[in-house]
Amino acid sequence: MAEVKKTFPIKGMHCASCVGVIERALRKVDGVLSASVNIATEEGSVTYDSDIIDETKIASAVAQVGYQAILDQQDKDKDQEKIEKNKEILSLKMRAFFSLFLGVLIAWGSFPGVSNYAPLFLKNFWVQLIFATPVQFWAGLTFYRATIPALKHRTANMDTLVAIGTTVAYLYSVVVTVFPSFILSAGLEAMPYFDVSTIVIGLILLGRYFEAKAKGQTSEAIKKLIGLQAKTARVVRDGKEVDIPVEQVQIGEILRVRPGEKIPVDGQITEGESSIDESMVTGESMPVDKAKGDIVIGSTINKTGSFLFKASKVGQDTMLAQIVKLVQEAQGSKAPIQRLADTISAYFVPIVIMLALATFIVWFDFGPSPVLLKALLNMVAVLIIACPCAMGLATPTAIMVGTGKGAESGILIKNAESLETAHKINTIIFDKTGTLTKGKPEVTDLIPLNNHLKEQVLSLASSLEKGSEHSLAEAILGRAEKEKAELQNVKNFKAVPGHGIEGVIKNQSVSFGNRRLMKREKVDVSKAEEKVQELETEGKTVMFLSLNNKLIGLVAVADPIKDTAKEGVDALRAMGIEVVMVTGDNQRTADAIAKEIGIDRVLAEVLPQDKEAEVRKIQHEGKSVAMVGDGINDAPALAAANIGIAMGSGTDVAIESADFTLINKDLRTIAKSVKLSKRIMSTIKMNLFWAFGYNIILIPVAMGVLYPLFHILLNPIFASAAMALSSISVVTNSLRLKRVKI
Amino acid sequence: MDKILVTTIGVFGIIFTYWFFLMKKDKEISASGSINVVVEGGYSPSLISVKKGQKVTLNFLRKDQNQCLEEILLPDFKIKKYLPLNKVVSIEIEPKEAGEYGFVCGMNMFHGKVVAK
Repeated sequence: MAEVKKTFPIKGMHCASCVGVIERALRKVDGVLSASVNIATEEGSVTYDSDIIDETKIASAVAQVGYQAILDQQDKDKDQEKIEKNKEILSLKMRAFFSLFLGVLIAWGSFPGVSNYAPLFLKNFWVQLIFATPVQFWAGLTFYRATIPALKHRTANMDTLVAIGTTVAYLYSVVVTVFPSFILSAGLEAMPYFDVSTIVIGLILLGRYFEAKAKGQTSEAIKKLIGLQAKTARVVRDGKEVDIPVEQVQIGEILRVRPGEKIPVDGQITEGESSIDESMVTGESMPVDKAKGDIVIGSTINKTGSFLFKASKVGQDTMLAQIVKLVQEAQGSKAPIQRLADTISAYFVPIVIMLALATFIVWFDFGPSPVLLKALLNMVAVLIIACPCAMGLATPTAIMVGTGKGAESGILIKNAESLETAHKINTIIFDKTGTLTKGKPEVTDLIPLNNHLKEQVLSLASSLEKGSEHSLAEAILGRAEKEKAELQNVKNFKAVPGHGIEGVIKNQSVSFGNRRLMKREKVDVSKAEEKVQELETEGKTVMFLSLNNKLIGLVAVADPIKDTAKEGVDALRAMGIEVVMVTGDNQRTADAIAKEIGIDRVLAEVLPQDKEAEVRKIQHEGKSVAMVGDGINDAPALAAANIGIAMGSGTDVAIESADFTLINKDLRTIAKSVKLSKRIMSTIKMNLFWAFGYNIILIPVAMGVLYPLFHILLNPIFASAAMALSSISVVTNSLRLKRVKI
Repeated sequence: MDKILVTTIGVFGIIFTYWFFLMKKDKEISASGSINVVVEGGYSPSLISVKKGQKVTLNFLRKDQNQCLEEILLPDFKIKKYLPLNKVVSIEIEPKEAGEYGFVCGMNMFHGKVVAK
């Protein structure tokens, strides 16, 4: 027996009766030796025999009575992160208001003008010292805590600047208070500047408080996605339906979903039908009707019917988990535009310290009197106004919010670099099949020639297609099934890529494919030419069937165009983007389809392996190209394009070669994704411009460059207000992306 | 006299600042398999050399309360992780090619790098 004791947090407890319920549930489990639950700490403690049961059984027992045992380390970390964050935000708020309250009192007692109305005790320097000290060393402790270890590593940061700046103001004021005669002998007025040190600390803490709150919102989208995950699943085991935690669902298990419930994992419907709201995952607003054989996505909501489905993907493999992973990865990536900010940030703080020292020297040597005071205040202003944070926040916050926004609309962005390239796109190439069209071709015409029968044409064509993996095979076999055509045995089956298929049926050679195949097999098609042209101008793909090298029939197939194709293409053209269609179809068919959708440029009769070359050709014209495909057979073309856009099919979202993955099949999403990348980039540029501009303009002003001409100087208090505002404005500007309508 | 004194001390201060922050040389620590990185006022070690094509686990332990250091980013590997205080967070990377792979804090203020050779 292996006795194990485990203590773990339990979520969802709110009264003492919960304790009894959970304890009883745990004790009932075979293998549990003892169990106790503590309401105060919201923790459970279980001793069990690990030879008999494992943690999942314990989690399941707790889940069955309606609570959640957090046995998973990741969940615990997430919770700890949240607790730490909240604690930190609260502490920032408290310290900010404490500092500002005392700071304002000190300012009331010392600011020329207003101090006339202040109570006498506030004007006392010793009282001001007593007020300023806890602000400096309790509220401002965070600045020292960050500065001292950093100095040990010979690095400096934002906090270093604030710590030096406020300490200088504080120490000067202490000297004024304790040794006024020393200051008077230097020819200065004995006036402390405790208001500067306290209000600066208060305002910077206040800024950080708002910044921390706003920053929390930047990762809201991903939290929302994670929150979509269903908690329990109803699995059919031994003919009975049992509720279990979703983590315990195994691949291959049959699950029941009732109306209004969340589908727990990915899978395929085995019984029943329903209408499913997939908007939370795909961004597609209309519910989708699904029946037996259709794929369902975990975390989407079942609207009307009840159905059974077989779990095909669980845990980290589900579509939602993949989406979360993709978005997290994108948020961890770096945009090339950030490089300049990176380089600068490495030198920024030391340079500001050097500039502050230089400011002191110049004001002391050449400034108007009182030189020491002016030199000191201007030096402090320089230290306080410099804001490297805004530069550091400019790009990542915009990417966080933007990629989250994308995920909400079914647009998954691979990394920040793709965003940067995407906003410069001026040409988009669409792969026709499965992208512009539904990818489910249907047989529209069956035309027998040379005295053959319609049934014979269908029988021969479908017999051959049986062994084919071509997308048209499904259409022909579907028709054969419908018309109950006879399927015959095929010998020597051969697929000729880009041409068609061949084989021997009843000792006669049969070929079925396009015009190229007929040419290759030296089959004369001239007599059927008129009919072929007619079908092709209708946008149909015509296939030729030959028996012993004689043409015996035509099969016309059309792939219905997606409802959103025209609107999607129009939206792109309205943005000034050239739209190109590439297809294996012949020129006439391709032209007909392109005309219907509104595409001007068509690349027809392109073999699958040549799509990549076509992309490169257009790139050589100096165009920045995006290629849209299904990501399966056009992966090389997607990779060759400046931006590869994969349109989702089923649950295959993890498409490596694509820069953008669109989960839904709505073509309007493409224009949306280009628009989103433009918006994100303009936000980043605006942020960087603001962050750089702010420092470039205000640091010299704080140094006093405007003083000789305009007598303008920056009070350190205003400097701290500006500093606090600058980081907040960068974060809020990024948050605006959340409200962008795309 | 005061001016000369202030100027001399000030200029010395500027030179010292430059030397102190910008002329420091990171000590390169070579790692194979795994290495502990303490996060306190920066990363130590901040320069880690590894063999290219080999997997290496960086065990980050944050001891610093500074918010700036609470996130670690390895942009080349598209990794962004939260570092809870006083708790080891292991990140496995595999630098396939020779070169420098930086790691930075969430606000891009503290830097370290892995050099694959």
